[in-house]
Amino acid sequence: MIGFATRRLLQAMIVMLVVALLAFTMFRFVGDPINQMVGIETSIEEREALRERLGLNDPIPVQFARFIGNAVQFDFGTSYQFKQPVSELFAKRIPATLELSFASFVFALIVGIPMGIYAGLNRESAISKLFLSVSLVGISLPTFFIGILLIFLFSVTLQWLPSFGRGDVVQVGSWWTTGFLTASGLKALILPAVTLGMYQMTLIMRLIRAEMLEVIRTDYIKFARARGLPDRLVHFRHALKNTMVPVITITGLQLGSIIAFATITETVFQWPGMGLMFLQAVQNVDIPIMSAYLLLTAFLFVAINFIVDILYFFIDPRLRVGRP
Amino acid sequence: MADVSTSNSEPKGRLARIIDSDLFHSFLRSKVTVVAAVMTLLLFLVAFLAPWVAPHNPFDLATISILDARVPPVWMEFADPRFLLGTDDQGRDLLSGIFYGMRISLIVGFCSVIAAAIIGITAGLVAGYMGGRVDAIIMRIADVQLTFPAILIALLIDGVAAGIFGGIDREVFAFYILIVALALSFWVQYARTVRGSTMVEKNKEYVQAARVIGIPSVIIMVRHILPNVMGPVLVIATINLALAIVTESSLSFLGVGMPPTQPSLGTLIAIGNDFLYSGEWWIAIFPGIALALLVLNVNLLGDWLRDALNPKLR
Repeated sequence: MIGFATRRLLQAMIVMLVVALLAFTMFRFVGDPINQMVGIETSIEEREALRERLGLNDPIPVQFARFIGNAVQFDFGTSYQFKQPVSELFAKRIPATLELSFASFVFALIVGIPMGIYAGLNRESAISKLFLSVSLVGISLPTFFIGILLIFLFSVTLQWLPSFGRGDVVQVGSWWTTGFLTASGLKALILPAVTLGMYQMTLIMRLIRAEMLEVIRTDYIKFARARGLPDRLVHFRHALKNTMVPVITITGLQLGSIIAFATITETVFQWPGMGLMFLQAVQNVDIPIMSAYLLLTAFLFVAINFIVDILYFFIDPRLRVGRP
Repeated sequence: MADVSTSNSEPKGRLARIIDSDLFHSFLRSKVTVVAAVMTLLLFLVAFLAPWVAPHNPFDLATISILDARVPPVWMEFADPRFLLGTDDQGRDLLSGIFYGMRISLIVGFCSVIAAAIIGITAGLVAGYMGGRVDAIIMRIADVQLTFPAILIALLIDGVAAGIFGGIDREVFAFYILIVALALSFWVQYARTVRGSTMVEKNKEYVQAARVIGIPSVIIMVRHILPNVMGPVLVIATINLALAIVTESSLSFLGVGMPPTQPSLGTLIAIGNDFLYSGEWWIAIFPGIALALLVLNVNLLGDWLRDALNPKLR
């Protein structure tokens, strides 16, 4: 176990180092940081002095080491557009993105799992076929178009739910703001969360259905039935448990893409999160924000992958023995 | 399962062989697939023949008039019979705009799939054939990249490209940047698949024989191994075409893909999104439906191809 975990940790660190190198290359070589920081009337001498003071004339490895040192302390430089430290900008927007991702993940799980179980157990029923067709459409509709359709239906036509923003937020602790505690915050959350969770929901549903179909055919399920165990027990105690390994892997990895697709959803709904800020940074070539976002999301993905791997180890006893 | 009675008859023409093949039989057996194939063909045709089949030319400034702006579809009030699906904010016919937009979406999709396949197949062949350190490096890069969703990579590449080409007009490069961004986001799947099959193929006798008679490695890879690992590549390419079209439209929707002067379906939806609140829903919804239809049908074809070529499911 410890050997397995250390090996995975080492791999994760190498990945982070590679990503950091990429982020550094972007940060240092795309556009001239000095040009972005000073006005047009600054003289060449002053520019050189600033260059020297910021250490941009140091050897590249030294600069890279300094970049990593700063990043570990959450210092990602100053945004070109906002002239504010990138870390402060992110801190303000992280709660919005995490709350949205969390809500959509919960939506995907509590809708996707029952649908998948049902479709797996009642393969031929009309409802299962309906679920499957709907899920195919769900996979084919791009996230942003789902958002537009929902806005058109629930905000423009029916006027039930707001189409943009987070509603009223409440300050919790020193920097976290939450929309979970106000009625308008919860209302504002519904459409973006459904939009973002739709793809994951269809994926989870199809996955559970496929796994269920496979498990139901195995000998131990037939045997459990032969022993006269009630269906409920067979389905949920014996079958469902064994569908969980791939489900946890895929859904775990999907957490990462939820955060990535949050960029699109946040744009559609003008949700004030990290993704919206990243997109504005891409449009305005705000390199410090881009490289910080790259580092942050990479860290999130690597951390999720690592946790999923470790979880795997606990869920599937076969991995504990005889793993090279 | 091959039909025994036909296998020992005289050799047939290519068309007859296709009609007699397992693949074609399984194609006809699945009604959904036949419908999807017909739909896909239809959409491809109207897209590529847009200049000839579209009722108007949305790029011809002489024929469009701002007075025709935001005309609703024909079945609604205040409609104009000239515009079946209505017009956009510039007075351009929406149906023609969709045909032309689909053409751009498909061109970007095809080009990026081909570019991704070339990068991926090369990397996979080299990694699988060479093995050792080359293999380790290529596959580690692939692993790192696989942890990121493609759309993020494409966004980053687009942002970096905009930074490098900052001074130059972005619209000129938008098409090429988009293709590079999409190709670099989707090459990994090809590389992993091709590497796997290459590692199997390279130990077979025909490869060893070729090596013994002194054929250079590059020729062995391209002429001998490549044709034998192409089957799965075709499946990935079909599914990736749908994915590339979705990703392209997402990027265009976000404003970093195709510019409004050369609108793809995503750009059209982005333009229409601004008019959703004022009740002119058709400007965004119709291009969206066209996009969904295109992706759905290509996806259905890809799913069928994957199942039909997978010997485990036969």
